[in-house]
Amino acid sequence: MSPLLTQSINLLGALLLLLSFAMISQRRILSLIHLFTLQGAALVMATATVGYVTQQPHLYLSAAITFVLKVLLIPYLLHRVIERLDVRWDVETLINIPTTMIIGILLVIFAFNLALPIAQLSTTIARGSLGIALACVLLSFLMMITRSKAVPQVIGFLSMENGLFFAATAATYGMPMVVELGIALDVLIGVLILGVFMFQIREQFDSLDIHHLERLKDV
Amino acid sequence: MSVYGAFSQLLEIALALLLAPLLTGWVNQWRAWLQNKSAPSLLQPYRLLHKLFHKESVVAEHASPLFRSAPYIVFGCMALACSIVPTLSTDLPLAPAADAIALVGLFALARVFISLAAIDVGTAFGTLGARREMLIGFLAEPALLMVLFSASLISQSTSLTTMVETLAHRDLAIYPGLAFAGVAFTMISLAENARVPVDNPATHLELTMIHEALILEYSGRHLALIEWAASLKLFAYSCIGLALFFPWGIAEADAPLALLLALPLLVLKLAIGGVALALLETLSAKMRIFRVPEFLATAFLLAVIGLLVHILLGQ
Repeated sequence: MSPLLTQSINLLGALLLLLSFAMISQRRILSLIHLFTLQGAALVMATATVGYVTQQPHLYLSAAITFVLKVLLIPYLLHRVIERLDVRWDVETLINIPTTMIIGILLVIFAFNLALPIAQLSTTIARGSLGIALACVLLSFLMMITRSKAVPQVIGFLSMENGLFFAATAATYGMPMVVELGIALDVLIGVLILGVFMFQIREQFDSLDIHHLERLKDV
Repeated sequence: MSVYGAFSQLLEIALALLLAPLLTGWVNQWRAWLQNKSAPSLLQPYRLLHKLFHKESVVAEHASPLFRSAPYIVFGCMALACSIVPTLSTDLPLAPAADAIALVGLFALARVFISLAAIDVGTAFGTLGARREMLIGFLAEPALLMVLFSASLISQSTSLTTMVETLAHRDLAIYPGLAFAGVAFTMISLAENARVPVDNPATHLELTMIHEALILEYSGRHLALIEWAASLKLFAYSCIGLALFFPWGIAEADAPLALLLALPLLVLKLAIGGVALALLETLSAKMRIFRVPEFLATAFLLAVIGLLVHILLGQ
């Protein structure tokens, strides 16, 4: 097992984290989708590298599924959704972006701190990647919380799934194939359903702001 | 101090002074090509310097000695900065004089003097430019320090020559922390060198300008020195970037043959870097001035994450 390949898994993990950070600091939905596509590509490369290092051919298959889903299909669906909804530009945030980023860095510190003792015990190839994956998940949570529109929230959800997938691949060399297929299908169906939801929200309230959903109304 | 060391130090200073305007010209040429304009000659910055050095220097009536001395101080700072960044060889007699932190201090010194000189004459534009310059400077400095710290965590030293020796001459290893530092450094360099997302180097007399507003009152040889210093700053920043992120090919101590190879390699790396800079400038739109703090805060946070990632992965 060459140390260079292990380090490149860490590098790809760091790239995932970098893209997560770029996503929470991004104002435009279109750029958000591009960043999500890039994150998917980084994930594909990370999965394939783990598969090569640990000699587990089934990881190649899961990398291929990730590629088809997260680099091609879901970004295409998202592009179509924003085109149909005609929301390309600014994203409204509940907290302003510099504050979000400071909270983000605190989350990263928290995640790294949490993962440090685990990383010292673990014997798997990329020990640091658990902390990075945890930080990605928390950052995506933050993005879902701080965005008030539906589309960025969906992207946050998908990027959280990327983080979880990376954790599963790097820490445990991938889940059983059945589980992976199930999750892939779930994510796809999730996006489709959420897409329908977005159209419904828009039809009901003339806006994608999910605050309209907070008020319950007896008819 | 060996003869070889003294020679490589002299060669480096001479190279920086000669090559810096060429780098500026190269970036300008590519910028023009990428924007479908007919490009100025590669030697245009030299012609500009030649012209300015032969012109009379007009100084405002109420200018204090500070105004006259500022260009020399700025030029001196930038020349010193260029001489302590290892570009060709790591065997530099001047390098122990200043480590990475002092290097940031040198840039700060130059910035303070140019801003004071701009305020000194009392024009509205000068004061405006000085304030903006200080705003950008005080946000960019901590970020730059954090980037340098990420590299010094790996090499366990804040001396630039030791950093390059560690990064270049050890077994090849990938440092994920440096990826963050690299992105942060690119953003900082754009801001510090008055490049497009933050400032437009091609404007004169525009309300959004920063660098040009500072030097509006200078003329003749003073302006020439400042323009040359700006080229040197770009050169110094490019060389810091190359030294931290692409250090391969910089000669070690007592290796005269490697020095021969280091020169064409440096020119090649700078040429590629210049094209990348021009591309980056063409692709991005200029930001509003109030977005700049956000831009630089992102750079700072990325640099901090670089440090954290390095601590987490701890190699």
